Amino acid sequence: MVSAAATLVETEDAGSVVLTAAGEWLVATAVETDRRLRTLELPKNRRVTIDLSGVDRIDTAGAWLLLRTEHNLSDRGNAVELRNLRPIFVPLFDQVRAGGQLAPCTHPRPAHYSLKGYVGRIGKITIGLFWRTYSILGFVGLVSSSTLRLALRPGRLRLTPLIAQMEQTGVDALPIVGMLAFLIGVVIAYQGADQLRRFGAEIYTVDLLAVGILRELGVLMTAIIIAGRSGSAFTAQIGTMRVNEEIDALRTLGLDPVEVLVIPRLLGLLLTLPMLTLYANIMGLLGGCLMAWGVLGITIPQFVRELQYAIGGRPTLWIGVIKAPVFAVIIAMIGCYEGFQVSRSAESVGRLTTLSVVEAIFLVIVTDAVFSVIFSMLRI
Amino acid sequence: MAGDRQEPVIRVRGLVNRFGTETVHDGLDLDVFGGEVLGVVGGSGSGKSVLLRTIIGLNRPVAGRVEVLAADILTMSEAEQREIEKHWGVLFQDGALFSSLTVAQNIEVPLKEFYHMPQRLMDEIAALKIGLAGLPEDAGQKFPAQLSGGMRKRAGLARALALDPEIVFLDEPTAGLDPIAAGEFDHLIRDLKASLGLTVFMVTHDLDSLFAICDRVAVLVDKKIRVGTLDQMLRDDHPWIRAYFHGPRGRAAQHADAPKLSAEPARPTASAAV
Repeated sequence: MVSAAATLVETEDAGSVVLTAAGEWLVATAVETDRRLRTLELPKNRRVTIDLSGVDRIDTAGAWLLLRTEHNLSDRGNAVELRNLRPIFVPLFDQVRAGGQLAPCTHPRPAHYSLKGYVGRIGKITIGLFWRTYSILGFVGLVSSSTLRLALRPGRLRLTPLIAQMEQTGVDALPIVGMLAFLIGVVIAYQGADQLRRFGAEIYTVDLLAVGILRELGVLMTAIIIAGRSGSAFTAQIGTMRVNEEIDALRTLGLDPVEVLVIPRLLGLLLTLPMLTLYANIMGLLGGCLMAWGVLGITIPQFVRELQYAIGGRPTLWIGVIKAPVFAVIIAMIGCYEGFQVSRSAESVGRLTTLSVVEAIFLVIVTDAVFSVIFSMLRI
Repeated sequence: MAGDRQEPVIRVRGLVNRFGTETVHDGLDLDVFGGEVLGVVGGSGSGKSVLLRTIIGLNRPVAGRVEVLAADILTMSEAEQREIEKHWGVLFQDGALFSSLTVAQNIEVPLKEFYHMPQRLMDEIAALKIGLAGLPEDAGQKFPAQLSGGMRKRAGLARALALDPEIVFLDEPTAGLDPIAAGEFDHLIRDLKASLGLTVFMVTHDLDSLFAICDRVAVLVDKKIRVGTLDQMLRDDHPWIRAYFHGPRGRAAQHADAPKLSAEPARPTASAAV
């Protein structure tokens, strides 16, 4: 589609300036027309006539450019007159004149682009952090009191959703948890063997594996995978229910959303995460065992004997597993809390799901560090 | 002259749409002429939105031909598709504004994409469209989440009009608006159609809109479409059409004495060259 470009020709005629517009004043050519109009030297304090008889086609962008020119001319003290506009273009001109604004749109500058705004933003985030902590503690209290009420009347516990949650967070997670734990075992055995061989202490690879996986990595990896897998699912499920007003519907039916939605998830994860941790520990040791056999030639009986030396008589095995229920509570609480924070927009479901995973993993690692300090103080 | 009623701007022939075993359209034919407002009605699930999506190329039909401005939508190349997209604007149900951009930036997206306009000119044109859509001046700075439903629809319309299209597709433009806002939106579309010479393809459930602004009505029944003026539709004896127009709501809308628009197509942009 080739369009004859818009033109505006300036001529003198009996004491007045005549601008003759012609051609196609369309959005497709607006860039070029705009550039030429801006370079046009406008007269001052004259009588100016804009003759529109030559305009073949025009749309709102073209009409805007003509009206802007007219406006600029009057600003310079000219008496402006539009002439010979074709009748079929009149409604368009009227519409643009009525609806058009002369001031171009401005764009808001994000507040934190200035120093003051930046400091303000840091302050806002800090206060928000305290507020969140307060709010999460409130939620923990709410769930605790609901749990206590349930403990007094255990008949009210909903078994079917509890089992369903255990299946989703536990059984369904077996392949991914097992696979990753196995690979972690392989990696630790390989790296450990590489370093320890220099000292001729290859056999201590088994000790490294036992301590590394049983005390720390088994439970930590499992908790992180479950935070990404189930914590996010909790937020998304409860959040979607909030968007659909299902939570409000529960309340109007006399059901306690915490009892119906949070407790099955919390209890389910509390029961499955320790079991998953044990399973991850076994898979990790299995991976390490196979690697030790392949790289170092440590046979399986040798490996088992060394494992007994490494952990026998010490609580290494339980130190990892004992953290699992704590991590389970953190993941379930954060996941459910963020789900309840969803407002009625679909966009907030996505935002809070991301936030829930980040917060849960952060808190799991912080708690793990706290455990390390406590255990070292207790000398275990 | 494209303003005459001989050559349709949208021509659909033998359209078949099927989802799984569910046939939505079965050999549907439709013509939309330049400068008219066509209202598309039908029961829930009768495929109104599917028809709209098929015409604008978002849904590939099982069979049939779709031509818009004499270009075949189903066989065109990507370059041709880009060219044709300059000539239509679409208002989705809830505006479908990009939520991370302000209203002004939303309007500027097609201007930047198709014409690489300098920022100042884009800002001017965005302000113009905001005014044309009947939004207050400060709406340009706001994000979609800060707007009411009615204002979001107006902002969506402003973006649909950004490139001065010849055809505007509206998907339930008045759904979810209160009766006053819906009435104002009808007026806005009527005014813009009259002054800008738009062809409007409007999917609607709103009987008041039909009576107020539509030149012709297309009813989706029995997987096909029946098109006619309102008077013809009121005389049609298909049971669904009778129930639709002669039910209590249909009668109320007829008697609302809605201002009728003259069917005379005004086409200032006289797009003979397209």
